[in-house]
Order: sequence, then C-alpha cells, then structure tokens
Amino acid sequence: MALADQIEWVSLSVFIFFFALVTVMGFFAARWKAGPVNEHLDEWGLGGRQFGTWITWFLVGGDFYTAYTVIAVPALVYAVGAYGFFALPYTVIVYPFVFAVMPVLWKQAHANGHVTAADAVYGTYNSRGLELAVAMTGMVATMPYIALQLIGMGVVIKAMGVGGELPLVAAFIILALYTYSSGLRAPALIAFVKDIMIYIVVLVAVVVVPAKLGGYGAVFAAANDAFTAKGGATGLILQPAQMLPYATLALGSALAAFMYPHTLTGIFASKSADTIRKNAILLPAYTLLLGLIALLGYMAYAAHIKVSSPNDVVPMLFKALFPSWFAGFAFAAIAIGALVPAAVMSIGAANLFTRNVWKSYVNPGISHAGEAAVAKIASLVVKVGALAFILFLPTQYALDLQLLGGLWILQTFPALVFGLFTRWFRAEGLLLGWAAGIGWGSWTAWSNGLKPLATIDLGGASYVFYVGLGALILNIAVAAVATVIVELILPKRTGATARS
Amino acid sequence: MWILLLVPFIGLLWVPFYNFAEPSLFGFPFFYWYQLAWVPISSLLIWLVYRGRTPDQAP
Repeated sequence: MALADQIEWVSLSVFIFFFALVTVMGFFAARWKAGPVNEHLDEWGLGGRQFGTWITWFLVGGDFYTAYTVIAVPALVYAVGAYGFFALPYTVIVYPFVFAVMPVLWKQAHANGHVTAADAVYGTYNSRGLELAVAMTGMVATMPYIALQLIGMGVVIKAMGVGGELPLVAAFIILALYTYSSGLRAPALIAFVKDIMIYIVVLVAVVVVPAKLGGYGAVFAAANDAFTAKGGATGLILQPAQMLPYATLALGSALAAFMYPHTLTGIFASKSADTIRKNAILLPAYTLLLGLIALLGYMAYAAHIKVSSPNDVVPMLFKALFPSWFAGFAFAAIAIGALVPAAVMSIGAANLFTRNVWKSYVNPGISHAGEAAVAKIASLVVKVGALAFILFLPTQYALDLQLLGGLWILQTFPALVFGLFTRWFRAEGLLLGWAAGIGWGSWTAWSNGLKPLATIDLGGASYVFYVGLGALILNIAVAAVATVIVELILPKRTGATARS
Repeated sequence: MWILLLVPFIGLLWVPFYNFAEPSLFGFPFFYWYQLAWVPISSLLIWLVYRGRTPDQAP
C-alpha cells in the first residue's frame, strides 16, 4: 500500500501551523527565564541550572520518550508481540535507580560545576584517559540516536504525502538555528507543547480507537489471531526462550538510559537534588503513556492495517481512524517530539566536546564565554553529521549503530556511578573494564548479525541474554581484578597522587 | 525503607511470575495489565521512600 499517493492538505496545514508555533517559541526561548546565554556554558548548555520540578518533568519526559519511541515501540509490538513490550518494565525500573543515584550525581556536579558525565568522572578519578573514554562514548552513542529522531520525523512527513528529503532538511535547519541561539531553553520550552500534544493524541487514541474496533478484548483477539497465523517467535505472551532476553533487555536498557548525554543534561540542568527525586516519582506517568502507545501495534491488527514497513503502523492507523485534521495534529506531535530530543542530544554531545575534548586538549584556559561559543558550533556540527547520516547512508545503519550505542553507553556505568558511592575502584581498572566491555560486546553483537542478544552454554543448557548486560558484567569484573592488581603495584596513597 | 526501591525490580524482572494470558482485566491479558499496574505501584514505593528519608540540608 503506497503511503505517499497524494498530499493531505488538511493534515499538512495543521502540521505546519504547530511546527511554525514551536519554531517561534524556539527562538523566543533565549529570553525565557532570561540569563546571559552567550556568556557561560551553564546558561547555553544547562539553561542556567534552574529548572524546577515541572520544567524538568516536561524536559526529561520530552527527551527520554522520543518520537522514535512512538513509531518504533508499536512497530516492534506489531511485528513480534509481547517481546516488544520490554520497553514498559524498562521504563518502570529506571526510576528507582534514578531516585537512588541521580541526586547524588547532581550534588557532586553542582558543588564542582560539572556540566557532563565526563566532568564528573574526571573530578572523581583525576584521569584524562577515563574522562576521554566516557566523553567519546557519549558522543558516538548520541549521533545515531539523533539520526533516529530524523527517521521518526521522516515517517510522519511521508504519511502526509509529502515526498523527498527537502522537508526534513528544512525542519532540521530550523531546529539547528534555534538550538544555536537559545541553547537548552529552546527544547525545554518546546517540550511543554510537545508533551501536551502527545498526551492528547494518545489519550484520544486509546479511548477512540478501541471503541471503533470493538474494545480492548477485540484488539487483543485480533492480534492473537494474526500471531497464530504468523507463527515463529511471536505471540501475546512470551515464549519460554524469550523470558531471559526480555528481562535482561529491560534491566540493561534501564541502567543505560541515564548514562546518555541527553538524559544527564536534564539531570544537571535541574535546580536541586529534590527536583530529581520528585521527578522519579512523577515521570512514570510517561511510562503509562508508553505502555498504551505500544498497544497501537495491536490496534493495527484490529483495524486491518497492512504495511510494508512496521514503522508505518502508527501513521497508517491514525490516517485510517482519525479525521484528517486530527491526524495532522498527531503527526505534528510526533515531529515536534523528534525536535526536542534531537536538540537536547546535540546539546549534550556539544557539552561533552567542549568540556572534555576542547577544554582538556585544545584550550585549557578557555573562558566561560568561549566554552559557550565552542558548544554552539559543536551542536551545529553534530546535527549536520546526523542529517548527513540519514541522507547518505542506509537507514539500517542508523538502527544498527543505535543498538550498538546502547551497549556502548552502558559501559560508562561503572566509571560514572561507582565513584558516587565508593572510591575503591582505580581509574586504570575502570578504563580496562570499559575497553573489555565495549570490545566483547561489539564483537558479540557483530558476529550475531547485529542482534542485541548473546548466548552462553552452561552445564548443557544455553542461555540467551542482552549482550549489553553481559558486557557490563564483564566490564565490572575486569575493573575489579585490574583494580586489585594496580593497587598491589601502585598503592593509592603514595602512587596515585604522584602520577596524576 | 530504601529496600522498597528493589521491589519493582523483582516484580518486573522475574518474568515467569507474570507470563500468562489469564486472568484478563478489561480485555487486557494478565501480562499487560500486571506490568501496567507496576507503574503506579513503583511511583508509590518511591514516594514512600521519599517521605521516609531525612531531607537535604538547605543548599
């Protein structure tokens, strides 16, 4: 079924109206909660470190639950069923972790003026090598993530019958310009509009769509019939062999989620440690939304939607069941939902480049205004890089790299989190553990045809699990052993201070 | 109190405990409504820990 038969003018007009609205807001944002945006990286890159509970809720909700999520989670649920639902346990268990760990990180960052995860690691371990490892991992993992947001935006633009790559390029240039001029204030302000729009769309969808399709019972029954006909590793509940992959994917993703530069930027930009704690209690509201969004994948079966690519499930469902003006509103919500994370991701990556590459290696004496200037340019470079990625490379590369990115960013966990609670680990050990985790994880994923699962045989039984979590366990084990060895060769009190 | 933060991990990561279709609720198979129910339960548990802890010193 061709998506791009003809241009849907009503949808497109509504879409353009909301897109124009957030563009104006993006440029206006520089003056919101005004601060000297160009004089300090804390202003451009962290919005002045002043965001309270509600702004942080909208901002983190807006950049953690991305547009790509709205497209890809239902697509996966549509394709495989229960297994695609791992996003739900993942985004529940992430919050007890955020509650316990992130306020500690915030206090350390606030006391020492840290802007990035790599700043925090350098502050704890005084190791340029570990700082660079964390910074590079963050930047490399973020790039394909930005590219995915573009894919999400491209899917809805295509659904309105607008072909070609020009609209995507135009949208991205606009985004790049207001991020350049307003910094983190732009996505923080736009997140309000984006999140309210997404809530409206999803609440309408989860009430109206099942009503049109005969209720949730009918929706699940239609999906069950489809999976029974399809066979293979699909179904409304997990097959026994899928249980361990499901649980380990959820746990590994939850531990990785707040290692990314964009989520950490939301943490560092908060006003207080208590802001973060309250958000750990309030952010699960988005998870409820995500769980309902995931079910759109099943509603597609009940609505007899046929798609060539699972990513078209959500746009096709909206087009089939909503009047065109509301479909346009929903598409605008998804496209704006791509802008917010893309902006925060590019800011997070730019902060890393500025603080942990430029300041550490090129110009250690850089002024605060100089840092802001470098970061602004870096954010443009990052976005152009992501755009080029989408325009010139196959989409599959972005998906594969995003998958590897999750496994890579998870390997920064020991360096960033352990130091908040214990000083037992040594930088040399953590660096070696990071390298082992990245090396083994990438090699294993690569040799499995870029599937995120690894298999081990223990006592005749084979266990399949998320490769990122396996790499993290290896990482921690190597870090611990290497720490013991380094401690024997170079005891801390005498050796470490002299060597730094 | 902090032990409460581990409860969602047990409830959601031990998959054999909830990998069933029945009993369903409002048309949702058990697998789905059980996991969705953990969203408010987790919020509540975190809130209980939040209430029970000693507040930060004024910054």
